[in-house]
Amino acid sequence: MVTYIIRRVIGALAMLLIVSIVTFAIFFLVPRLAGATPEAFAARYVGRGASMDTIRLVAERLGFYDPVAVQYGRFLKGIVAGTEYDTGAGVDHCPAPCFGYSFITQQPVWPNLMDRSRVTLSLGIGAAVLWLVGGVATGVLSALRRGSFFDRSAMGIALAGVSLPIFFTGMISLSIFSYGLGWTAPGGAWVDVTIDPLQWAYNLLLPWITLALLFAATYARLTRAGMLETMGEDYIRTARAKGLVERGVVVKHGLRAALTPIVTVFGLDFGLLMGGAVLTESTFSLNGLGKYAVDAIKNNDLPAVMGVTLLAALFVVVANLVVDLLYAVVDPRVRLA
Amino acid sequence: MALAACAGSPTQTPGQGQSAPAATGATAGGTEVADAAVGKIYNPSDKKGGTLKMANTADWDSLDPGNTYYGYSLNFARLYGRALLMFKAAPGTDGNTLVPDLAESVGKASDDAKTWTYKLRKGVKFEDGTEVTSKDVAYAVARQFDKEIHPNGPTYLNALLDWPKGYKGAYKSKDADFSSAVETPDDQTIIFHLKEPFGLFDYIMQMPMTMPVPKDKDTGTKYQEHVISTGPYKFEKNEIGKGFTLVRNDQWDPATDPNRPALPDRIEVQTGVNADDVDNRLISGDVHIAVDGLGIGNAALPKVLPDPALKARTDNPVQQRTWYTSIIPDVAPLDNVECRRAIAFAADRNSLYRAYGGETGGVITTSLIPPSMAGYKPIDLYKSEGDKGDVEKAKAALAKCGQPNGFETNIAYRTERTKEKAAAESLQQSLARVGIKLTLKPYPQDDYFALYAGKPSYVKENKIGLAINGWGSDYPDTYGFMQAITDSRDIRDAGNYNLSVKIPEVDKMIDQIKAEPDAAKRADMWSQIDHMVIDQAVVMPSVASKALYMRGKGLTNLFISDSQQMYDYVGVGVQQ
Repeated sequence: MVTYIIRRVIGALAMLLIVSIVTFAIFFLVPRLAGATPEAFAARYVGRGASMDTIRLVAERLGFYDPVAVQYGRFLKGIVAGTEYDTGAGVDHCPAPCFGYSFITQQPVWPNLMDRSRVTLSLGIGAAVLWLVGGVATGVLSALRRGSFFDRSAMGIALAGVSLPIFFTGMISLSIFSYGLGWTAPGGAWVDVTIDPLQWAYNLLLPWITLALLFAATYARLTRAGMLETMGEDYIRTARAKGLVERGVVVKHGLRAALTPIVTVFGLDFGLLMGGAVLTESTFSLNGLGKYAVDAIKNNDLPAVMGVTLLAALFVVVANLVVDLLYAVVDPRVRLA
Repeated sequence: MALAACAGSPTQTPGQGQSAPAATGATAGGTEVADAAVGKIYNPSDKKGGTLKMANTADWDSLDPGNTYYGYSLNFARLYGRALLMFKAAPGTDGNTLVPDLAESVGKASDDAKTWTYKLRKGVKFEDGTEVTSKDVAYAVARQFDKEIHPNGPTYLNALLDWPKGYKGAYKSKDADFSSAVETPDDQTIIFHLKEPFGLFDYIMQMPMTMPVPKDKDTGTKYQEHVISTGPYKFEKNEIGKGFTLVRNDQWDPATDPNRPALPDRIEVQTGVNADDVDNRLISGDVHIAVDGLGIGNAALPKVLPDPALKARTDNPVQQRTWYTSIIPDVAPLDNVECRRAIAFAADRNSLYRAYGGETGGVITTSLIPPSMAGYKPIDLYKSEGDKGDVEKAKAALAKCGQPNGFETNIAYRTERTKEKAAAESLQQSLARVGIKLTLKPYPQDDYFALYAGKPSYVKENKIGLAINGWGSDYPDTYGFMQAITDSRDIRDAGNYNLSVKIPEVDKMIDQIKAEPDAAKRADMWSQIDHMVIDQAVVMPSVASKALYMRGKGLTNLFISDSQQMYDYVGVGVQQ
């Protein structure tokens, strides 16, 4: 088990290294193919009508005159050993892991990422609870009442849920529930859970539901299919024959077996939540990692892009690892030797 | 106005400031009227209190007064900082007036307009209670000189002042003497020494670069996190990338400041808010003002325009911004003036007008200078029936150019801008009538000037004959609008906003304007320059831009000033 984990961690680190190299290459190599000089890169980070001197100074400051490999090395060194930043009036120490300073706001990236991950985690965990509970419960009920009105309408809604994009459902629900009826919080509302848990939940209710709707649909359908399959198995008949109450049959024997694929998908989904967070946070103007990523990309803010990409990749890798370990708990058959 | 006679063109007189602004209320008892804040004050009031809520679809380039250039930032900075001068907080053309702010009066120029002296008011304090002296202004000017640390701000002062050789700004040349550029003989006096005469120096002095910065509180790139206020408001909380809150600055003394009513008690600003959400929140009343001054987005337009109640809450002023097409003489056969004129004749300007949004997007214009600026004159060189283009004259010009059957060239525009795409397509269609075949070339807007349409070598190699452009003024003087897009001596290897206007007579006249003290003569010379540029057909103006602004609910004392080109943030208040 220990060697397995070590092996996986090394694999994960290699993966992150590759992701960072690819991101860096896309940022520098693609524009270079279009003929971008260091000055052309730097021209993105100066005010309008800036003189050539200003552009050269900025290119120098951001290290654009160095070969891309050297720039990448500097980035890695910052993560491992930290770096120093000239604020003009003094020197700022950026301790490891230092993802550098934003080209646009000149703010250190790492504290920003940490601060914003609270928002994304709040969004993700809340939505995950909603979609797991809602999706699995709907799936079980649908399977047990197969062909009923409930089954049909639930699966219909589920289909709509997967098909409708978040920026659509988000905008519509905002204008109906927040601006029309006034039931939910307006866009951009955020309070940290440690300050006011009730307000925190109230503010996030609509984003949670919007995001959960997208995922819940998949879970409802997966659970339904899994339950239908397992409920037809011999051991379920045996359990019933033993005289077990129906609830015990469904939960202990049926659901437990149907849960394995759900855990797999959940792990992947939670890791990939960034994708959903990008849209949800942009739609609801929440200052989480997703919106940070969008802004960073829009502004060509390389250090911010690198930081958020690596953090997202880390998320996916860790979520996968956890899932693999959870398998052993849920399904004894795949327990590792 | 001649424009009003054109079929299908807007009938509104261009320039919100054409009629004298009357400081009367446009609304009474809550009735909303469209354009109530254009040229006059909407809901006039001097009642203090309340919280003004603003939302920004993007983010400031910087809140640091030495490192900012965005138009709305120059408008907004006056809430927390005091420059030597400022634009009067007044509606319409009245808002173009420069009034003393930190200074006691506008600048006193030497006879050769190379030395400018300002006396500071007594009793102005920083938020910590320290008295502001001329040294703090001099320091602010010296620190913004360092463009490595402060790359966003205007470079006017670096270029205009007589800095010592090798000077690198307040950080790198820490104790260097820069009195050849800025002198402070006593705590109330500051003298600027210019390399060359510049009659419009006062316009530069109203920019936030002259807002005082206390040397011992300057933290370089981190100063934006807590700017030390001299204005009526100071930062209570500032989270860069998310938003900030301004509260009253108790060290601000209204006796030293006749310009700012300072109505709200508190100003809350959210940044990075989804643009569609901002429009929805303006409509619902959750937000008072969209701070970026860009106007209502495309998604909300179909909701707002057909609804009389919502449309009544909008303001639709003509701005000091022109949308135009550059006709680039570096690309054959456009090196021949007749081929360029053929384009100017053949273009369907009515169709272009619709491409830029029609009635709420702008008014058809035939000159580069915007209608509300000095020197504006309609230029009727390429007039046509219903503004639909003159195919016959275009064909005649083509024949003179030696291309009777037309020619092929490319047109560049910014991919992200749907209106510019529509404009390029409109030209493609109307020029096809005379055999001029355009190929559309979209480029990403971030690199539009640095790599593509603003780079002479790229334009030549890729035969970009036409490029869709637009230009707005830095400050409401024609020099601030025209110089950057007509002076050929500013054309460099890349990053040009202009590379098509290269007329020696124009350059010569710009030098004459710099030295001309008489405003009327300057205006006349700008008219001549405008005429030359249009006659040479190196620029083809399409529309004078209009913006459509939405007023949130419960605003008082709101107006659009010509200098800010959007709601004036110094004047506005809220109902309680």
